[in-house]
Amino acid sequence: MELLIGQMFAGLSLGSVLLLAALGLSLTFGQMGVINMAHGEFMMAGAYTAFVVQRSISDAGISLLVSIPVGFLVGGLLGLALEAVLLRRMYHRPLDTLLVTFGVALILQQAARDIFGAPSVDVRAPAWLQGNVELLGAPIPLTRLFILLLSLVCLAGLVAVLKGTPLGRRIRAVVLNRDLAETSGISTRRTDQLTFFIGSGLAGVAGVAVTLIGSTGPYLGTNYIVDAFLVVVAGGVGQIKGAVIAAFALGVLQSVFEFSTTASIGKVLILVLIVVFLQLRPQGIFSLKTRSLA
Amino acid sequence: MRVSVTKRALIPLAAAAMATALAGCGSQISDPASANSTASSGSSCVDTSGSSVKVGFINSLSGTMAISENTVFDSLSLAAEEINAAGGVMGKQLQVISEDGASEPTKFAERAGKLIQQDCTAAVFGGWTSSSRKAMLPVFEANDALLFYPVQYEGLEASKNIFYTGATTNQQIIPALDYLAEQGTKSIFLVGSDYVFPRTANKIIQAYAKAHGMEVLGEEYAPLGSTEFSTIVNKVRDSKADAVFNTLNGDSNVAFFRQYKSVGLTAASMPVVSVSIAEEEVPGVGLENVEGQLTAWDYYQTLDTPANKKFVAAFKAKFGADRVTSDPMEAAYTSLFLWKAMVEKAGSFEVDKVQAAAGGVTFEAPEGTVTVDGENNHITKTPRIGKINSEGLIETVWSSPKAVEPDPFLASYDWAKDLAK
Repeated sequence: MELLIGQMFAGLSLGSVLLLAALGLSLTFGQMGVINMAHGEFMMAGAYTAFVVQRSISDAGISLLVSIPVGFLVGGLLGLALEAVLLRRMYHRPLDTLLVTFGVALILQQAARDIFGAPSVDVRAPAWLQGNVELLGAPIPLTRLFILLLSLVCLAGLVAVLKGTPLGRRIRAVVLNRDLAETSGISTRRTDQLTFFIGSGLAGVAGVAVTLIGSTGPYLGTNYIVDAFLVVVAGGVGQIKGAVIAAFALGVLQSVFEFSTTASIGKVLILVLIVVFLQLRPQGIFSLKTRSLA
Repeated sequence: MRVSVTKRALIPLAAAAMATALAGCGSQISDPASANSTASSGSSCVDTSGSSVKVGFINSLSGTMAISENTVFDSLSLAAEEINAAGGVMGKQLQVISEDGASEPTKFAERAGKLIQQDCTAAVFGGWTSSSRKAMLPVFEANDALLFYPVQYEGLEASKNIFYTGATTNQQIIPALDYLAEQGTKSIFLVGSDYVFPRTANKIIQAYAKAHGMEVLGEEYAPLGSTEFSTIVNKVRDSKADAVFNTLNGDSNVAFFRQYKSVGLTAASMPVVSVSIAEEEVPGVGLENVEGQLTAWDYYQTLDTPANKKFVAAFKAKFGADRVTSDPMEAAYTSLFLWKAMVEKAGSFEVDKVQAAAGGVTFEAPEGTVTVDGENNHITKTPRIGKINSEGLIETVWSSPKAVEPDPFLASYDWAKDLAK
């Protein structure tokens, strides 16, 4: 029982990490059609932001809370720069964005190595996040609980922006029909920039969060980028609710598979499952229905 | 229409993106066999007529392994400097030629060939990963040249062209198990990265446990570079094992120890013995996550020998007071002095004479006196179990009563008979 609860939570927790990593991607990949291979490196930038902030604010608790908005800003600004310099020239050439952003990812990795050195750096977890709470005898790590909450807050924030603000309406309009949106007076340029800012900013927040569980090094992003794409593709491109369901489903299933087999086999089973699922439902869990004629 | 076409086209693209990312990860582990040198194994071109002699250093100064191998390069440089300051080898100053293995086995093989054939070095020092060593081995054998390899490894190898100055399994893993057994450990849990060293090490541990009545409650592998340990940690916790034997590599250690601690496991409740965390790695893993945990090596910076005090002081003077010294660095430093002693005993730089003279050569190393075993080209070493202290250094808590003879094929252990096959 104790183990079952522990494993259920492990699954939810893994799901929340996947969701955080994939949330921004479901905006930039899903809504804008940009394959951003540098998304993982924006996470890495967020993680190093947590490290830099902690160097100037020695209290680990305060520095974590400060890092979250700063990480959002750093990730967002990097995204904005990438969009302004490179991506806006290739919106109709998704394969080119794949190659270009892969190059940018390599550049960012090297930059991190040059600035912070090749070894991983240590970001301390605040005292109030060390240890665990017991749930029916199973230890629930506080850092994991924090990440779960953070992912839900980010999700709620994103949904609120998309559904409740003029910006969100513009984003949705551009996704549904870019040309019609343009015709009706929406600046698609500005909308694209803001969408990319938010999507990349969320990667920065995810980066701050994962410093609590893993190492902070130049290759941090490469651990998450594949899983993030899997979540977005399985969830249905362009669908936030699809990404949420896919993230938690993958998290729980991976924990179950890993528990009943081994970590490597578990990973294989997940990939097989996704391949089979996409054969049956290539559009993912949810698909976008548009009336676009273009 | 256009929108839906784009979306549909994106799915295979994303798959391609993943394939690219995966291929990037896989390229580190390429097949080294193709790099075999075809040069004739004719007489060497080493020039000993002048006042200097060339030696080669081959380390990954770039790529993923650079973090570790740069430290070995530094300590090799220190050894060369000290030897030159004391008059060189047989009166000849060492002229170091350094090559970058770039964390790729094929590159190691190619650069080693260059050091031997083009640069005509008398001996080559370096290498870290087993795959880099295995890639270089045929090159050194075909050219009948010498490589000094300074890192603990999985054993089951002996080449007359390679001197192994790091520990083999009976100088690191088996003593660590002896220590655990001595402490009354009845059951262990094995956690490792999914590649050759942990799998070989765990095979040995399983055989040892079977023969010594120790129970292995689980054997789990995480993919290289993995940061998700919730499930493994849950399994470890649920097993209620007395101790954990950790062969994880690199950054996975950070995630493992953080998540280990976060479910309430501590060095006191379930100690972890690690074989790849040295002084150099502690800050990256985070001292607060590993303080009090155990390590198995043959050298620690805190060792109280005159040779070690001199080594640590010289290293800090040259590279900075914040630098630390670790087992592979010490083994590399020692390897250069061992080669010097072999050459001087042989009275020649020629490979066959050095090989013939190697057996029985000793050196007062920072880790204690080491002696070369002429049979298998490994050296005697003193295994030590250490505990990570509050400064991030490692204190010796147990030390083998005497230096242990190298036994790379575990021939002297009855229970290991089936392993070497």
